[in-house]
Amino acid sequence: IIRLLFSKTYKLQERSDLTLKEKEELIEEWQPEPLVPPVPKDHPALNYNIVSGPPTHIITVNGKECINFASFNFLGLLNNEKVKSAAQASLKKYGVGTCGPRGFYGTFDVHLELEERLAKFMRTEEAIIYSYGFATIASAIPAYSKRGDIVFVDEAACFAIQKGLQASRSNIKLFKHNDMADLERLLKEQETEDQKNPRKARVTRRFIVVEGLYMNTGDICPLPELIKLKYKYKVRIFLEESLSFGVLGEHGRGITEHFGINIDDIDLISANMENSLASIGGFCCGRSFIIDHQRLSGQGYCFSASLPPLLAAAAIEALNIMEDNPDIFQTLRAKCERIHKALQGISGLKVVGESFSPALHLQLEESCGSRENDVKLLKRVVDYCMNSGIALTQARYLEKEEKSLPPPSIRVVITVEQTEQELDKAASLLKEAAQSVLN
Amino acid sequence: MNCTCRLYKRPFNEAFEETPMLVAVLTYVGYGVLTLFGYLRDFMRQWKIEKCQNATEREEQKDFVPLYQDFENFYNRNLYMRIRDSWNRPICSVPGAKVDMMERVSHDYNWTFTYTGRVIKDIINMGSYNYLGFAQKTGACQEAAAKVLSQYGAGVCSTRQEMGNLDKHEELEKLVARFLGVESAMAYGMGFATNSMNIPALVGKGCLILSDELNHASLVLGARLSGATIRIFKHNNMQSLEKLLKDAIVHGQPRTRRPWKKILILVEGIYSMEGSIVRLPEVIALKKKYKSYLYLDEAHSIGALGPSGRGVVEYFGLNPEDVDVMMGTFTKSFGAAGGYIGGKKELIDYLRTYSHSAAYATSMSPPVVEQIITSVKCIMGEDGTTVGEARVQQLAENTRYFRRRLKEMGFIIYGNEDSLLLSLLSRIKYGTFYNAFGREMLKRNIGVVVVGFPATPIIESRARFCLSAAHTKEMLDTALKEINEVGDLLQLKYSRRRLVPLLDRPFDETTYEETED
Repeated sequence: IIRLLFSKTYKLQERSDLTLKEKEELIEEWQPEPLVPPVPKDHPALNYNIVSGPPTHIITVNGKECINFASFNFLGLLNNEKVKSAAQASLKKYGVGTCGPRGFYGTFDVHLELEERLAKFMRTEEAIIYSYGFATIASAIPAYSKRGDIVFVDEAACFAIQKGLQASRSNIKLFKHNDMADLERLLKEQETEDQKNPRKARVTRRFIVVEGLYMNTGDICPLPELIKLKYKYKVRIFLEESLSFGVLGEHGRGITEHFGINIDDIDLISANMENSLASIGGFCCGRSFIIDHQRLSGQGYCFSASLPPLLAAAAIEALNIMEDNPDIFQTLRAKCERIHKALQGISGLKVVGESFSPALHLQLEESCGSRENDVKLLKRVVDYCMNSGIALTQARYLEKEEKSLPPPSIRVVITVEQTEQELDKAASLLKEAAQSVLN
Repeated sequence: MNCTCRLYKRPFNEAFEETPMLVAVLTYVGYGVLTLFGYLRDFMRQWKIEKCQNATEREEQKDFVPLYQDFENFYNRNLYMRIRDSWNRPICSVPGAKVDMMERVSHDYNWTFTYTGRVIKDIINMGSYNYLGFAQKTGACQEAAAKVLSQYGAGVCSTRQEMGNLDKHEELEKLVARFLGVESAMAYGMGFATNSMNIPALVGKGCLILSDELNHASLVLGARLSGATIRIFKHNNMQSLEKLLKDAIVHGQPRTRRPWKKILILVEGIYSMEGSIVRLPEVIALKKKYKSYLYLDEAHSIGALGPSGRGVVEYFGLNPEDVDVMMGTFTKSFGAAGGYIGGKKELIDYLRTYSHSAAYATSMSPPVVEQIITSVKCIMGEDGTTVGEARVQQLAENTRYFRRRLKEMGFIIYGNEDSLLLSLLSRIKYGTFYNAFGREMLKRNIGVVVVGFPATPIIESRARFCLSAAHTKEMLDTALKEINEVGDLLQLKYSRRRLVPLLDRPFDETTYEETED
């Protein structure tokens, strides 16, 4: 017995494999990587364009005055006097910041009013406001979709959606861009999986996440077919309408109005107010059953300060203008069609995007080998245009982080404020630039 | 212990008194009773004895997989609904020292609210994070913001890397870098997003994150999104942190035993729920010894701590260059919105290129930027007045006075002596007493924040007071009187340490006698 006791203690002493001295040596020797790797000085994303003055229709970039074809100011509301005076009134009443999250004295009557107005405009039961456009969809998705749930998402989904999906830890299944056959195949596969394990299938939630107008490709998503798939396979649809809100549809209500679909068929519509409404922030709208959940579990809503009241007031006034002038949407679409036609046939560049999409991409018809060289070439085109008075920008992506990186492209944004001469001038300038740089 | 005391230039007094045993037991019993009631009412609702007032799923979608699990919503339906009038209180004026609130009533036990249209005026605001009183509707900041608004408009409609980088943003970043004493800085539109979008840019797979137990949700989300391994150390406990650091370096990554690429320590300046201040000198000493990197989130402490408002680094008299990544928000002390990161030039250059926010998120709104510029200049004294300095001093005085008086009254107050967020612990006897505290205070025209389960542990629900430089001594005295009354009414004075009140002492209470009962 005594021997057993002794042998036990002997084993305990041997448990730590390294002596103290060895541990200290390891600590001495360990060299971490530097916190950040050095960035080369001529990295394209490092040198920002400096805009002096407001980024409106005529924009002063790096000291040069140009016509703005790069800011997402679709309805021209950035410089609108009524919007500015509404924001000024709010500034005089509330100051700038809200000094608190929505739960702790950060809810202002302007927030409640904006939520009501948005819900009424979109004809849904309820809307919820976030103070940052990126955070809107990135907080909405993890509030519903948890570990073990399945999300079918389009390949060309924007980065904010990708981050939301990553935060939700669900199973992600990508389907080819706008390919309903591919999606149906995935759904069928999932159905056969379910039949093998019906108990698990009864608690696994399923979602499809799509965008109205895709930011990365300028396409529209085929919503009617999606609705059919929704009822056939019992999946819920989350629609991201950042580019299509205030653009598509007779009254600007987005893709549901464009296709004439009942808005209750879509479970959640999320959009940001930074494009058409020329404010900051984002909102989600839908039925109360769904939206109310985010008030307690949307991370960007509960743990972040609320939207500054002056921006909420600007958004309300912008909504007023949208409701009073429903013909601007038609004007915008006509301009988009015009420039889409004018940009066809540029040698070396092809137009990517629907004819009525106000955010187009111009990609190289033939890549010159590496992405870096493509980017440099496009930069020369952009510089040529900027020197001649048209402000353009390349579409920026984080190359290592994107799931499916789109090819490098120039972003062309059409706004209501651009006149027909300016549109024609831009088209001819791009033709010239492509000629001189790419040939 | 001796060597650590030498690191602190002033006494570091933090206290987290434990709750008396009887009260803790009663709290658990109270929650148990509530849970039973909850089950009973769910049962009644299912059998249609009681009307179900929840929003429900569409008829066409009833055979879809249910969106919410029953149990998740249990808490929401049965406990939260009864007390939810303490939160989301709508206000209709500047969130300054006094605020106007919209009156709302509920006729069906908080399922729906109706606004009576009346406004409750002049509530003493102890709930908004208005530390230096910059939430004003008049004054230099507001005028400058108005001018910029008329010139630039409200929005920007583009990202930083595309066409959204205004000259105002560049001006702001240079100013913030100067204010903090670092080489360079970068500003973002949302404080929450600053954390959740930049931590993934700094660390990735193969790195280790050591995060404090009570870190904010944004830090936790950023750490999770980065893909690095996360290990948690006990709140403000340096021994726990040191042990984790040693083990990490010695043993390497969990299964492959490869050495870690980087180790990042995530701490906050002031923890908002506890009111504790991070032990920064010790953390920096550990970081230097074990060659790791420090990410300091000064959301609450920037502008509020330190003799000239430069934050927790100045409070401890340390060198800002020792902190690798200094992060903070503009929402609290500067009365605006947004966040920033400051550090060495290589770090900021890297973030300009690879931060998720720079590439995909819209830049800050110009009038908000102007508000920050004006308020930072005011704090630094560059606008030619001493208003900023006076505010910082006033805040420190208010903090000490308020805390001392509350302790004298016998409440349990969590946190550091100099922390301007005070958490008053209230024991719940019947599950919702902290809500009663909130309601009673509102009746007496004082707005406080109450928090309970699940944001805090079940026996540690609390009421939280946020002090501001805009609070005058009269306002504080009124508030203290009311708190005293309500405390007696609800029997919340559980502290066993009785403080002997000191008379005729000016505001440098670093020593006072404590007698244990």
